[in-house]
Amino acid sequence: MKSRTSIIVTSDILNLNECYNFVQDASCGGIALFVGTVRNATKNKEVTLLDFSAYEPMAIKEIQKIADLALEKFDIHKIAIHHALGKLKIGEIPVIIAVSSAHRKAAFEACEFAIDTLKETVPIWKKEHFEDGEVWVNAHP
Amino acid sequence: MKIELLFFGIATDLVGETKLTYDVNNITTIEDLQASLIRSFPKLKNLHEFAIAVNEEYANDGQLLKKNDVVAIIPPVSGG
Repeated sequence: MKSRTSIIVTSDILNLNECYNFVQDASCGGIALFVGTVRNATKNKEVTLLDFSAYEPMAIKEIQKIADLALEKFDIHKIAIHHALGKLKIGEIPVIIAVSSAHRKAAFEACEFAIDTLKETVPIWKKEHFEDGEVWVNAHP
Repeated sequence: MKIELLFFGIATDLVGETKLTYDVNNITTIEDLQASLIRSFPKLKNLHEFAIAVNEEYANDGQLLKKNDVVAIIPPVSGG
């Protein structure tokens, strides 16, 4: 199913058009896009940047599993999941998910499934940086 | 027997290493390894949980380690 999935984990800037163009197809009636962006605050505390790191080969495998499962579970045509690594500033894009399908419901559902699962299973970590320090997200109860 | 350990995220900061060779008994389950790691690196207790991956796949508690396995300590993930 690899020809129907595009998986990238990179230190480069993510490209929205690349994701869109990969999934776009004449057989599809719609494309759902989820774009994760760096928010300026967490729990009312100002964030200056996020630093993403990964166990890269495993992250790629786990993202591939999510894409394959989405193709199995939902009536979709193609799916792109791209994730950025390194230091990202406010408003920059750590993750893009694009899904195309004949009918919109499947694309919306697959897109939500993909981002929810990615946040649970893919070995990628973010460290939040503040003016006065930094903290690994999710590391403490 | 020797296995290779990889540390990621907060585990790197707690242990102060990204990679090291580790000695375990010939018959070691993932559960045994987690206990052994906490004895060797008590600071890992600061994590409320961590998963183990063997050769780039999540491992089950009862799974047995083999010589030269590449074992990753996976703290709670936070991608996206």
